[in-house]
Amino acid sequence: MSDETNKGLLSPLRRKLLMGMAAVPAITMLPRTSFAQTPATSAVNTTGLAVTDTEVTVGILHSATGTMAISETGSIEAEKLAIEQINAAGGVLGRKIKFIQEDGASDWPTFAEKAKKLLVNDKVAAIMGCWTSASRKAVLPVVEQYNGMLYYPTFYEGLEQSKNVIYTGQEATQQILAGLNWIAKEKGAKTFFFIGSDYIWPRTSNKIARKHVENVLKGKVVGEEYYPLGNTQFNSVINKIKLTKPDVIFTDVVGGSNVAFYKQLKAAGIDLAKQPLLTISVTEDEIDGIGGENIAGAYACMKYFQSLDNPNNKAFVPAFKKMWGEKTVIGDVTQAAYLGPWLWKLTVEKAGSFDVDKIAAASPGVEFKGAPEGYVRIHENHHLWSKTRVGRAKLDGQFELIYETADLVEPDPFPKGYQ
Amino acid sequence: MFGDYSLGDLGSIFVMQGFAGLILFSVYVLMALGLAIIFGQMGVINMAHGEFMILGAYVTWMTSNLFQAYMPGLFGGYFFLAMILAFLASGALGMLVEWVLIRHLYKRPLDTLLATWGLSLMLQQAYRSVFGAREVGVELPQWMLGSLQVTSSIEVPINGVFVMCLTVLITIVVAYVMFKSRWGRQVRAVVQNRIMAGAVGINTEKVDRYTFGLGCGIAGVAGSAFTMIGSTGPTSGQLYIVDTFLVVVFGGAASLLGTIASAFSISQTQSTLEFFMSGSMAKVLTLLAVVGILMLRPQGLFALKVRK
Repeated sequence: MSDETNKGLLSPLRRKLLMGMAAVPAITMLPRTSFAQTPATSAVNTTGLAVTDTEVTVGILHSATGTMAISETGSIEAEKLAIEQINAAGGVLGRKIKFIQEDGASDWPTFAEKAKKLLVNDKVAAIMGCWTSASRKAVLPVVEQYNGMLYYPTFYEGLEQSKNVIYTGQEATQQILAGLNWIAKEKGAKTFFFIGSDYIWPRTSNKIARKHVENVLKGKVVGEEYYPLGNTQFNSVINKIKLTKPDVIFTDVVGGSNVAFYKQLKAAGIDLAKQPLLTISVTEDEIDGIGGENIAGAYACMKYFQSLDNPNNKAFVPAFKKMWGEKTVIGDVTQAAYLGPWLWKLTVEKAGSFDVDKIAAASPGVEFKGAPEGYVRIHENHHLWSKTRVGRAKLDGQFELIYETADLVEPDPFPKGYQ
Repeated sequence: MFGDYSLGDLGSIFVMQGFAGLILFSVYVLMALGLAIIFGQMGVINMAHGEFMILGAYVTWMTSNLFQAYMPGLFGGYFFLAMILAFLASGALGMLVEWVLIRHLYKRPLDTLLATWGLSLMLQQAYRSVFGAREVGVELPQWMLGSLQVTSSIEVPINGVFVMCLTVLITIVVAYVMFKSRWGRQVRAVVQNRIMAGAVGINTEKVDRYTFGLGCGIAGVAGSAFTMIGSTGPTSGQLYIVDTFLVVVFGGAASLLGTIASAFSISQTQSTLEFFMSGSMAKVLTLLAVVGILMLRPQGLFALKVRK
């Protein structure tokens, strides 16, 4: 465009030269294509994204401030690590990844605004971001309108699918069903007590869990309780648990409430070594705040634990600690966030283009063999095939792997019979 | 819902449930006392109350780390020292804040709301920068964990008993300081008539500063005690602030007795309702009841009669 505006200032000779060059457009690309197998920018970027001959820009959009910073910090760290590693390995289509980090500030309208800024002003090729469902729901219309690509890391309630989103965490049925099956078989559990924070994810998850318990496991849900986000007093519900004596306590309490819940459970004399408890909301990150001694013995059901024993994870954990400190822990979502940049890179290379439409179309079938959780593959519905695992919390805040599904579990964001 | 249970079982559950209500009551009193002093005696709406509590919690966390590193033998008793340190740290910060910020705003009480809200955001970000965005786990000495076995089926959480004793102790101290000591008389005199109090030789500025410091210090102790039952993170203070204001406003702004009565009625309603319905519904009904009563009695349960 600068050529257009400057034309009047050019000498007639240069103008002639330029016109001559315009007649043979391929030649103008020569200086760049002479570099090692880096494809021409005009070929891999037909929609005006922030891609130059040496760089490609992506956005990182998480809460670095506000309530959610507790949870989202790990995701930011994982994404930066992945980007650094990809760059060290030569980048994407010969281009180094540059990132622009925006702060969603735990405020959903801010997320939408920042997503728009990243897509419209910065023209980022992809966004790694969001954590809560609320922030994703706020960003979704923006990425769809401006045709962006979002890599979303959190395990979530499902009931969503978009051309413009890759869900690198598990959806609810993937996470929950295998865990319930395992505990029903292993502990002979028949009665379940559900307790969760009062918002969409626990309510949807518990709805799925209830159908599974009642219809498939032929068990009984003896209580289903919700507390407002941030609630710190659980003594009444703990008494109800004592009264109903369930075989399994199934929890999806989140945030600061988690800490209060487990501390009070322990104080009330409920011994998790004898009373099975299955949680889908406590990762290593949360145990840091809860304290290992308060939750030791509880079972968690998700796809990744820091203690996983496989070659990928053995390289990933030290690399993460080297970058972010020896004391940092890595939870399920952190690992899923790490997958985002890698899956995007692999998809870009498969598509041979940064164009969002091509990436969306090329995503199904992309596999990442270097995932710390093992192996993942993108499904036609833009979620991941992944294994589900059950771990038992130990005193030191780590999980001990107890069980994992033999095969990858198919993502099913719109489960029939569970809605 | 009770058909399947024996009378003995039910009896124990009701005892434990009654106890749960009493614990909630103590928690409410403990977190509201500091605010009641500041709001009630000085008319300052301290939105940063929760952050003063969390300062106390962080002090407790640091003390516990220190003891673990240097005096593991004395770890069992660190909590008492931690509470004193929490009181001093929050109290000192409170006095500093009063000197820098609040004293310029006494004539504009609504502005204190905005100023202290800004302060709360600044403190949250400061905690995040200093201690990290993640929550920290405060390790408790062994004797504070678990529960007391009263009978074969009745168990009472030890940390609950601890909070109750602490609340009783602090309430007695505050009541003594406010109603029996010379300093408390000065505070009350300033509340009733600032100009006259000054005229009879009371240093009203100093009284203000110490009152604010005392309120914040008690918030610090509350925060320290709540590490036993809740989380410690940069934004954990936000979890308490709404309930705290609810208790203080419902009780009647200028009355300590009102605060206690209001904490009692709210906690009992809440914990009884929670037992019979879901936690969210219980909260809704409790709030509805409070709103209804406040419509009939805008001044709260107990109001101090002051000539305006």
